Amino acid sequence: MINELAGVVVIFAVIILTGYILGKYIAKVYAGEKSLLDFMSPLENVFYRLSGIDPIREMTLKQNLFALLSINLVWFLLGMLVLMTQAWLPLNPDGIPNMSPHLAFNTTISFIVNCNLQHYYGESGVSYFSQLFVLTFFQFVSAATGMAAFAILINGLRDRTTSDLGNFWNFFIKSITRILLPICVVLAIVFVINGMPATYEGKETIHTLEGATLPVYRGPVAAMLPIKHLGTNGGGYFGANSAHPLENPNYFTNSVELIAQMIIPVALVFALGFYLKRRKLSWMIFGVMTVGFLALAIPTMIAETQGNPAIAGMGIDQSHGNMEGKEVRFGPVISGFWSIATTVISTGSVNGMQDSLTPLSGLNALLAMMINAFYGGVGVGFENFFIYLIIAVFISGLMVGRTPEMLGKKIDAREVKIAMIVALLSPFLILVGTAMTAWFAANNAALVGYGGKESWLYNPGFHGFSDILYEFTSSNANNGSGFESLGDNTPWWNITTGFVLILGRYIPLIGPVVIGGLMARKKFIPESSGTLRIDTVTFGVMIMAVAVVITALSFFPALALGPLAEYFSM
Amino acid sequence: MLLYFKQSVIITLVLFVFLGGIYPLFVVGIARVFGPNGGKGEIIKRGEKIVGFANVAQPFTSDKYFNSRPSAFNFDATNGSYGSNAGPSNPDYLATVQSRIDTFLVHNHGVKKSDIPSELVTASGSGLDPHLSPEAAYVQIARIAQVRKLSQDKVKALVDEQMEDRFLGIFGPSQVNVLKLNLALDNLK
Repeated sequence: MINELAGVVVIFAVIILTGYILGKYIAKVYAGEKSLLDFMSPLENVFYRLSGIDPIREMTLKQNLFALLSINLVWFLLGMLVLMTQAWLPLNPDGIPNMSPHLAFNTTISFIVNCNLQHYYGESGVSYFSQLFVLTFFQFVSAATGMAAFAILINGLRDRTTSDLGNFWNFFIKSITRILLPICVVLAIVFVINGMPATYEGKETIHTLEGATLPVYRGPVAAMLPIKHLGTNGGGYFGANSAHPLENPNYFTNSVELIAQMIIPVALVFALGFYLKRRKLSWMIFGVMTVGFLALAIPTMIAETQGNPAIAGMGIDQSHGNMEGKEVRFGPVISGFWSIATTVISTGSVNGMQDSLTPLSGLNALLAMMINAFYGGVGVGFENFFIYLIIAVFISGLMVGRTPEMLGKKIDAREVKIAMIVALLSPFLILVGTAMTAWFAANNAALVGYGGKESWLYNPGFHGFSDILYEFTSSNANNGSGFESLGDNTPWWNITTGFVLILGRYIPLIGPVVIGGLMARKKFIPESSGTLRIDTVTFGVMIMAVAVVITALSFFPALALGPLAEYFSM
Repeated sequence: MLLYFKQSVIITLVLFVFLGGIYPLFVVGIARVFGPNGGKGEIIKRGEKIVGFANVAQPFTSDKYFNSRPSAFNFDATNGSYGSNAGPSNPDYLATVQSRIDTFLVHNHGVKKSDIPSELVTASGSGLDPHLSPEAAYVQIARIAQVRKLSQDKVKALVDEQMEDRFLGIFGPSQVNVLKLNLALDNLK
């Protein structure tokens, strides 16, 4: 076990160290200062010239949001078109058929919103053309959208009074050319050398030693994998995601994939401090996030190492832990760590099956997605944290009897209202979706399973309820992992989760940016001795308390019916 | 405002070609030069026939081979790859594990229940896990030796020879590749 733990410790240390360095670099990129990859600017200029974009023009809040939403709409139409016609397009050596409209809807939305919930299997559901031109493409641009929104938000938090918030196109394109793409190229080379396939050739047929004839699927896997993790997308090339031995061949690639998915969310926290010249604030935020992350990850690693109590009674050796749904080359410690890393961050890729986690680990994965702000997805992680920050400032202000203010700007009723709407949206979407589906499961199961697997709920009892809860939680958090035993390729699941995905993406994405825009216009009040300091440990505890209280009040009853009930009944 | 749509459409098409076309082409090119088997996946041949991929599990159920870990879709990924996704308390799943234990004991006389490592009777995450832990290989040695009429020491020596060490000798688990092990076993005389 000590060897497996050593791996986790070293990987986490590398994430923090590289995250810090990358954060400094990202702050320079968004501030338009001289940086390492300035030689990319001719390529950027080609993009700008072809599309008639002026990247220097300052844009207002409304203009930025309009640009963001209009390009997302274009992607939606493009994605639907390609997925529903993929059988007739090139690069389809395995003869994959067209997607049904409701599956194409779910898949397109899911990849645009950086969620990557997958109601299909990569082997049988998408052509190579779709894998590259839709899914990989969306993995780049959805990540860059989140990062651009982050850049606009922190631009609004500077100590000045203005309605100019920078330029969405500039942040968006630079996120791709200066941050995502260069790192992806390096990662792709590492993956390829380690045996991850990258080819346009179709499946291979093998003749096994015992005389069976079986297909082995492959494709341009190493082209998708870097951005899958770096952009916290998580949508796998194959059905089994990063548990698949061609998608994650060995312990080293596993470590690299783990680092890749956490590095930008960590880096953005530090970028904030460098950009705003408030490094202490970054450390406070990083501290809260890290405490929250470890509080979920450590118990999960322990629970997975101890194995499944129901199997312990059978008298076999469980010294390798709960191995159902896990791979030998990774083991339970790093798989447990990954299962929380992927849920606090909105990646949702897996190197072991979440559904087969022991009950308390499943509980932690759910909590990670419900809070959704410990590091979080690229860009949106901080945005979610920002909502808790606003609420904590508001409550602290009430407690000490002063007008709440933050970073030299007053927080008024309007900002707090927006923050509350965003904060309460999650429980609304998750609980209403789960309740409706659970009601149908009891009264009209055929409706939910219509057009797909009739027996859509494979696990009975408390765990079956957790399966439903997890699917809506993952959709709302734009996470994309699943308790995958659900037969979820049905109109009911595709359409309901599709709408949860849309609302769960755009409202928490836009809300904080709007707050930032409103704050930017306000008069800057220099800090005085009476100012509430938000970069202190005390205030960090306050934010954590706010996040925990909101989550506990919203979700405790649902969690009690699912993972907690399962735990106590085993 | 129409301008934003026009700009969105054009920049989308440009990035569509660049990120969906040119960038993957570059990666495939790198793989052709630096990847094993030109990026087409590391295959293993016996004579002219492709017997498998080094990294992808195949079914081994007979007594004369080291058995692979169970697969939720019996190693045929035509419809997709996945784990069992069984919840830890699912009664059907627990019955399946119990029956795997019973089957294993029937085929491996003299093995104590407490010597069966859990990974040998639980389905892997991908259904294509190409490895066994050292313990999961050792527990099968007696059976292999008996069926193949070899000494147990010789089989154990072979397993140890095929053992892949921890990453850099320190991190993570060590494991043995089942296909490579069984090929070596067939060559053992």
